[in-house]
Amino acid sequence: MTLDALAIGATARVERVRGGRAVAQRLQEMGLTTGVVVKLIRVAPLGDPLEIELRGYRLSLRKDEAAAIEVSPGE
Amino acid sequence: MSDETPSRRLALVGNPNSGKTTLFNALTGLRQKVGNYPGVTVEKKEGRLTVGETEVTLIDLPGVYSLSARSLDERITRDVVLGRQTDTPPPEGILAIADASNLERNLYLVTQVMELGRPVWLALNMMDLAEAKGLVFDLDRLSQGLGIPVVPIVASKGIGLETLRRKLVGPLPAVPTRQWRLPQVIEAEVSALAEQLRQRRWATDAAAEGEAIRLLLNEPAEDDTPPPADIQAAVAAARERLEAMGIEWWSAEAEGRYGWIQTLCRAAIQQPGQFQRTTSDRIDAIVTHRLWGPVLFAGLMLFIFQSIFTWAQVPMDAIGWMMDRLGALVREHLPAGELNDLVVDGVIAGVGAVVTFLPQILILTLFIALLEDTGYMARAAFIMDRLMRRVGLSGKSFIPLLSSFACAIPGITATRTIENAKDRLVTILIAPLMSCSARLPVYALMIGACFPADRRLWGVFSLPGVVLFAMYALGILVALAMGWLFKKTLIRGASPPLILELPPYRLPSPRTVLLTMFSAGGQFLYRAGTVILAISIVLWFLATHPRSVTLSRDYAAERAAITQTGQMSGEEAANRLQALERLEKAERRERSFIGRAGKLIEPVIAPLGFNWKIGVGIISAFAAREVFVGTLAIVYGIGDDKDAAGNQALHAALQADRYADGRPVFSPLVAVSVMVFFVLAMQCMSTLAVVWRETNTWRWPVVMFAYMTVLAYVGSLLVYQGGRWLGFGP
Repeated sequence: MTLDALAIGATARVERVRGGRAVAQRLQEMGLTTGVVVKLIRVAPLGDPLEIELRGYRLSLRKDEAAAIEVSPGE
Repeated sequence: MSDETPSRRLALVGNPNSGKTTLFNALTGLRQKVGNYPGVTVEKKEGRLTVGETEVTLIDLPGVYSLSARSLDERITRDVVLGRQTDTPPPEGILAIADASNLERNLYLVTQVMELGRPVWLALNMMDLAEAKGLVFDLDRLSQGLGIPVVPIVASKGIGLETLRRKLVGPLPAVPTRQWRLPQVIEAEVSALAEQLRQRRWATDAAAEGEAIRLLLNEPAEDDTPPPADIQAAVAAARERLEAMGIEWWSAEAEGRYGWIQTLCRAAIQQPGQFQRTTSDRIDAIVTHRLWGPVLFAGLMLFIFQSIFTWAQVPMDAIGWMMDRLGALVREHLPAGELNDLVVDGVIAGVGAVVTFLPQILILTLFIALLEDTGYMARAAFIMDRLMRRVGLSGKSFIPLLSSFACAIPGITATRTIENAKDRLVTILIAPLMSCSARLPVYALMIGACFPADRRLWGVFSLPGVVLFAMYALGILVALAMGWLFKKTLIRGASPPLILELPPYRLPSPRTVLLTMFSAGGQFLYRAGTVILAISIVLWFLATHPRSVTLSRDYAAERAAITQTGQMSGEEAANRLQALERLEKAERRERSFIGRAGKLIEPVIAPLGFNWKIGVGIISAFAAREVFVGTLAIVYGIGDDKDAAGNQALHAALQADRYADGRPVFSPLVAVSVMVFFVLAMQCMSTLAVVWRETNTWRWPVVMFAYMTVLAYVGSLLVYQGGRWLGFGP
């Protein structure tokens, strides 16, 4: 599954970041690398972007980018 | 032995939200010098601190997450530290700062900084928050693992700073070596490329490996200076070899660094379970709530505009009164004549009218600094991203636009965090539509003169506050519409991604907020003392010359008649004399250079509801918007009105001004038309200069000036003619 499909409050483990290289690199630099556990905290009032927690901090990204991040559910 | 004071140059590097600015302010205090790196708007900030005998110059570099150099900020940071920034001598060492409560991601940049071939110290900031989060640090282990000295601090409370200061002037630590490793095939390519970089002298021995990693494993930015052709060819060949083996080279650096960092952090930090509910979460449950989030956002904005009017009133009146006293004092003590007139009617009236607005500007910057420092700004971007995306931009454009409410120049500077070049350009082009603080004096004057302060709407909001809010809202709406239009026509491009940190809420640091506020106030006063002073003098001259003109009546003779006949009571005679003097003054002004210029353009601006005096104000405001107020003060001859406080006197003069047929010049409709013109028009030379420097071509400043001027004329025309058609008065 991909990150955008995660339910609010659920956690998952990042498998791989697909998509354009520049965007993928930016996401990876922010800590979205293989094996990291992320939690979906909330969705913005207008339905996009998402707020996730990883490595002890909060990051906001859009559903489009989240759809390029493959995850496996659970810790 | 040399008798020179020992000195040291150090660079301060860290992530955004790591407390970098707080540490910089705490270390250097007011000994700061702010400028710009040539050719770009990245702010160049240097501060000094003295520790014992040693004088330390600290270069504050922009907050970045990585040195991959895809954004302007990242490039400047890399270039300054590597000594490639021509005007800045390379630092002897680097002070890295990291947020201890968010260490893994902060260490990503730190490990990159350690590969620049300089000694590095790490200041581990926000130790109090980290401990409150339940983290326990083994600092020795951390320091040994990284191979650099680590100093725990709480910058906002000054804890640990003494130790840090002493370390910074102590012996330089050894240049760190790279601890983490890439997969073997990639390591081999890195070594080969590093060797080539050393031979080509593109990088120093110690920095060559880091540079090789950056070049080989990062997508280059389009507008970065490329390395020599043979190195580019070597990079391309190496990537091809890796791709042939099925290796995703672009993921290798982040995977490698984070892998190593995770292992180090597990060994050096005891963490309680992940994903705890924090105070920030409880605040965010409301601030980013589906319904309450947007309501709170709108309410906050409205509150800010209300307070700008109510809180600023007393200090503004006080400044007005002081300017008035000053004028009267000079009038009395300087011998009568041209110089006396120049100082009182030109300088004090012109500059004084503008300086009165200092309290409002301080309040506005205070609020913006507070929103920034508490972490609310990032939430605003989070809430607004969806809307910004509708017009083809991202929530990241929202922060520069919000800063533009203070001034478009820092707003345009803030666009450097937008990686996508097209988005950055569109944001720059629409930023000046946000009502900056220089427009505030104009709005305040128009609203103060034409809208009664005691009128309330729905019982709660004062009419002036609502009108002011409407002007700000108009700027925002037009900016969004123009953004959409630019993205559809001149600057086409897909909407870029939003990747935004939401930092935990923090109590604002009074020091940072006050410094921001005072530096904005200082810049405003500086402008008042230079640009506005010069314009005031020129305007005074144009408004009072030529001296010898043929007037419609013989004022001198009429005056003589009143004083000689002796038929009137003393009081009546004085009143008649005063009225006569006003008439003469008005006629002389109408026949002055400026009056003639105003009359010349009157046919063009009459459809907007403007008379020649407003026309003069608008022409002079093309240098700087706030000049409008001082110009009206000069054109209406406020400098010599000794009875009333400066601002009130100008209000009264505007209210009293009539056309020949008795219609008031300043009706509420005209006031709105003037304000709409100011919302939309490009009247700021400094902004145009910054846009030129920023985009490196005259094309965009010209486009900006043209589209905004057309918008302003059409907007005012629609307001005034439409308003009259709807029956909103003359």
